[in-house]
Amino acid sequence: MTRQTALSGIHESLGASFTDFAGWRMPLRYGSELAEHHAVRNAAGLFDLSHMGEIEVVGPQAAALLDHALVGDISAIAVTKAKYTMICQEDGGILDDLIVYRLEDDRYMVVANASNAETVLTALQERADGFDAEVQDRRDDWALVAIQGPEASAILSELTDADLPALKYYAILETTVAGRPARLARTGYTGEDGFEIFSDPADAPAIWEALSTAGAERGLIPAGLACRDSLRLEAAMPLYGNELSTATTPYAAGLGRVVKLDKPGGFVGRDALAAVSEQPIARVRVGLRPEGRRAPRHGYPVVDPASGETVGEVTSGAPSPTLGYPIAMAYVDQALAEPGTRLDVDVRGTRVPAEVVALPFYKRSR
Amino acid sequence: MTTIPADLKYTKDHEWVRVESGPDGDIATVGITQFAAEALGDVVYVDLPEAGSTITSGETCGEVESTKSVSDLYAPLTGEVTEVNAAVVDDPSLVNAESFEGGWLFRVRVADGLDDLLDADGYRAVVESA
Repeated sequence: MTRQTALSGIHESLGASFTDFAGWRMPLRYGSELAEHHAVRNAAGLFDLSHMGEIEVVGPQAAALLDHALVGDISAIAVTKAKYTMICQEDGGILDDLIVYRLEDDRYMVVANASNAETVLTALQERADGFDAEVQDRRDDWALVAIQGPEASAILSELTDADLPALKYYAILETTVAGRPARLARTGYTGEDGFEIFSDPADAPAIWEALSTAGAERGLIPAGLACRDSLRLEAAMPLYGNELSTATTPYAAGLGRVVKLDKPGGFVGRDALAAVSEQPIARVRVGLRPEGRRAPRHGYPVVDPASGETVGEVTSGAPSPTLGYPIAMAYVDQALAEPGTRLDVDVRGTRVPAEVVALPFYKRSR
Repeated sequence: MTTIPADLKYTKDHEWVRVESGPDGDIATVGITQFAAEALGDVVYVDLPEAGSTITSGETCGEVESTKSVSDLYAPLTGEVTEVNAAVVDDPSLVNAESFEGGWLFRVRVADGLDDLLDADGYRAVVESA
């Protein structure tokens, strides 16, 4: 059964093309995904992300439970701040990557990927055993609209009394947007400045329309999942199912910094991750810049031109709209992961030379 | 609803063909349909057969790439490629903007395969079952 968000009617009226994503009918693009991509880089884009999975963890031992269940130091998050973290299996494999917001001393909001929300909910509930804290499924209680891009702050400031300059990256506050109660976070998945606005689904259409109107003359346009993917790829942000999976650990993904091995009391996956952290990693995540104009795509083999052997696999790739040439992320053998290394990608039967480059491909000027 | 011009021929692979008779025989102009262009998203790269090469109906003869995906281009006819649209190689967005006009891809001197093409109604049935 495909679900639709509270903004579905608006997307229809805007002429969106839809795609099925993790059981949700989501806007893929409204017109040109290239125009939407450039709008986010140069002005602002408006996204419906209501498919994301909100889970709240509440109670005196909420922090202790999340320290046990997740790989990061969750009790150290200050109230009103957020952290990028992961939930792993006992064997260290990644179940999902998450943003955790600390709303109050005893209340956290965990935001999971739509495709993994059920898995994360179940895992948190299981891991809550013995803790004085409750794991609440709040997926149906929140719509999520994101405004992303260099103009996002100026546009949003017309619709909220919140002190936006004081709201730092990875922080959240309770406020109103367009007169509707909202949780406003300075987070995103585009590599630009921007905000994510959690609201009652019934209020989401009013918030969306107000942002559309306020942003129109600053170049804001609605933006779909197609450009969200090309934006996050340029920013080298991992996507679960591409760069992250249960077969990958945070270390191989180049995200070992999110793992806090020495938390008192340990955490699920701690022993496996500790072992991984002490060994050389077989394959690591790298950036690739291929020659020519053909983009490597998910699943294409990476080949060592010297030996002809397969030494890795592309996880995401596309022609970069901002840079004007193809880019890709891949897992390759550690020995071949240094920037400047020459590799080949098998692009549908043709060997395309590619150079290992540092990530991210794109970083905004601040 | 997508546009399907009545005066063109089509393939089930979402290509359109405009056949014009000339002194040297039939010349077919080939492009991809608006329906296919919309499904692909913004086209950013086209790889086309070279002028002078021979293509064979049903075989791969190039590819069309968007930010989201890549699709093979199948030869709708058998024959010699007489001309490639340099404008669309330069500016692949023509495939989206003018699918049936400026976004044409290449021309072929038809040797075989005309009878296998669909008419507009036949192609409409393909689109509606997609």
